Amino acid sequence: MRKYASNGFYAYLRRDLLQSHRRLGEAASPLIFFVMASTLVPLGITPDPASLAEIASGIIWVFALLATMLSVGGLFAGDYQDGSLEQLLISPQLLVMPVLGKVTAHWLITGLPLTLVSPLLGLMLSLPEAGYLPMTASLVLGTACLSLLGAVGAALTVSLQKGGMLLALIVMPLYMPVIIFGAATVQYGIDGLAWTAPLAILGAMLAAAIALCPLAIASVLRLTSIN
Amino acid sequence: MHVPASFLALAGYFLMAAAGAIGLIWKMKLSYMVMKAAAPIGAALTFLALFTGAVWGKPTWGSYWVWDARITSMLILLFLYFGVLALQYAFHNEEAGNKASAVLALVGTVNIPIIYKSVDWWYTLHQPSTIKLTSAPSMHPDMFQPLLLMILGFYCFYVVALCLFTRVEILRRERKTTWVGDLIGSSNNAVEGGK
Amino acid sequence: MGNPSLISIENLRFERDDTAVVSCDQLHVNVGEILQIEGPNGSGKTTLLRLLTTALQPQEGTILFCGKSIAECRFEYLSDILFIGHQSAVKLTLTAEENLAWMAESDLSSAASLRALESLGLAGYSDIPCYKLSAGQQRRVALARLLLSDARLWYLDEPFTAIDRDGVKLLERCMEDHVSSGGAVVVSTHQDLDVQDVRRYSVLGEPLLRAYS
Repeated sequence: MRKYASNGFYAYLRRDLLQSHRRLGEAASPLIFFVMASTLVPLGITPDPASLAEIASGIIWVFALLATMLSVGGLFAGDYQDGSLEQLLISPQLLVMPVLGKVTAHWLITGLPLTLVSPLLGLMLSLPEAGYLPMTASLVLGTACLSLLGAVGAALTVSLQKGGMLLALIVMPLYMPVIIFGAATVQYGIDGLAWTAPLAILGAMLAAAIALCPLAIASVLRLTSIN
Repeated sequence: MHVPASFLALAGYFLMAAAGAIGLIWKMKLSYMVMKAAAPIGAALTFLALFTGAVWGKPTWGSYWVWDARITSMLILLFLYFGVLALQYAFHNEEAGNKASAVLALVGTVNIPIIYKSVDWWYTLHQPSTIKLTSAPSMHPDMFQPLLLMILGFYCFYVVALCLFTRVEILRRERKTTWVGDLIGSSNNAVEGGK
Repeated sequence: MGNPSLISIENLRFERDDTAVVSCDQLHVNVGEILQIEGPNGSGKTTLLRLLTTALQPQEGTILFCGKSIAECRFEYLSDILFIGHQSAVKLTLTAEENLAWMAESDLSSAASLRALESLGLAGYSDIPCYKLSAGQQRRVALARLLLSDARLWYLDEPFTAIDRDGVKLLERCMEDHVSSGGAVVVSTHQDLDVQDVRRYSVLGEPLLRAYS
């Protein structure tokens, strides 16, 4: 049984990565959304570097959150439609490991690229220099949290035809602690305070999410996805 | 009116989550019905608390809305209620809707303390000491006694409203069974039937 | 019979919103049997199969696997079944071979999966993404799992959808081979199965499945 448990993780991780590799355009759209939406802000508010610097961390975090939220809806939708979710539910292996594998794949496809491209956006939004390291660090941990929490919402809405808006409604309150501490990390860094403190809290939230979210997702999928 | 409403809004959420948990673990139909009844009442109370707070806040502090820790977490609580309600009604299959919203309520329960703490912390970070709701001067007894009475009254109202909503829910779900048919006409017994 | 049946169902009942969808008093599946589940649309054939595969939980009744409740021996039971549903679980972006390798969930040699695809008439298609294949060919990719699995119990929900005449014959022979080598098949289909040398157990006309809605 143990052998199956670990296999499930890598099998699903590899399969989901392979799938998005075959559809790179689709896989890259959260990233493109992130960049494009962030560039709307200077156009809509002000191109003045001083005022942009003040809100840059918030902008980047808000759009990272939105990009993750928009992409997480498809996490189980494809599997639900083609029947492989049902196959997963009736396979002898533990459900938790494949779920964790899928969420990890989602993070590697969205969260990690978002994090990597964020310094570029920081540059465009004239983020103060001291903010770069805290921003990247907080996004690495934070986007992983967002993927995990979003996956709970995705599992809850997977069997609904029009679950997209509902998913946002469900997931947004859960995202609030993450964005508070994520944005605070960057702000602390800019203000020259000890930014590792909020980062540590973010890390603690991630640890708790890794432990609890896959269990919640697994039970939700069992309870509601097949009717 | 403001204070008891917000008390009950929070307590009501925990009650709803507890009912959902009971339903998930012991598969009791009744607890799902209680959960479903608790959601709209709780959402209404949360809204009431926010609304009265805004009305009270204008003459007292000079603004309808401030991003205070408590107000913000109440707002998030309202969003959580909306999420549970929306999820409940989104499913065509009643049972799946029950289970899904029960799980969401439970996830929300885990999150409420985290949300409250983080909002609290965020508030102290962004706006240090503009208004202190938390350390209000010790209340005058003339104010305190009506408040206690009000809290008690609201709890009674909550219980009655919950029973009424649950009764409706029970009758709706069991409309095909014979005892409901027997009850029509002698509706006095319906509450006992639901208990 | 001395040995307990591979599967026995007792007083199984599944309700959805207070309406009975499946209500099955007694049903046995023995080794070497092909059980065909028949019934009009909406009579609960798929639901019965989902109950059998544990994707759904019944409100009442038990399913016994070799005499033990499937809740007790969940791992053994689920390792010994293979389910192919309406939706074929074929990932369109992956090639046929990748699909099989992933679905088999184990270290599958590529020679074995190529052989399976070949015997289903898909030789030369193994490295083409499945969205380029036709519906029937995609179905055949899913059915290739049957040849690669060592599960004793097959649950097939409308396996003949989109399959041509040769494919139907092929599948029927697969089922015969399977049951003669100690397996069992539960299949839901509207077609008349042309299978020989096996004891057929058709539920047609018996009050096994009652539709209420």
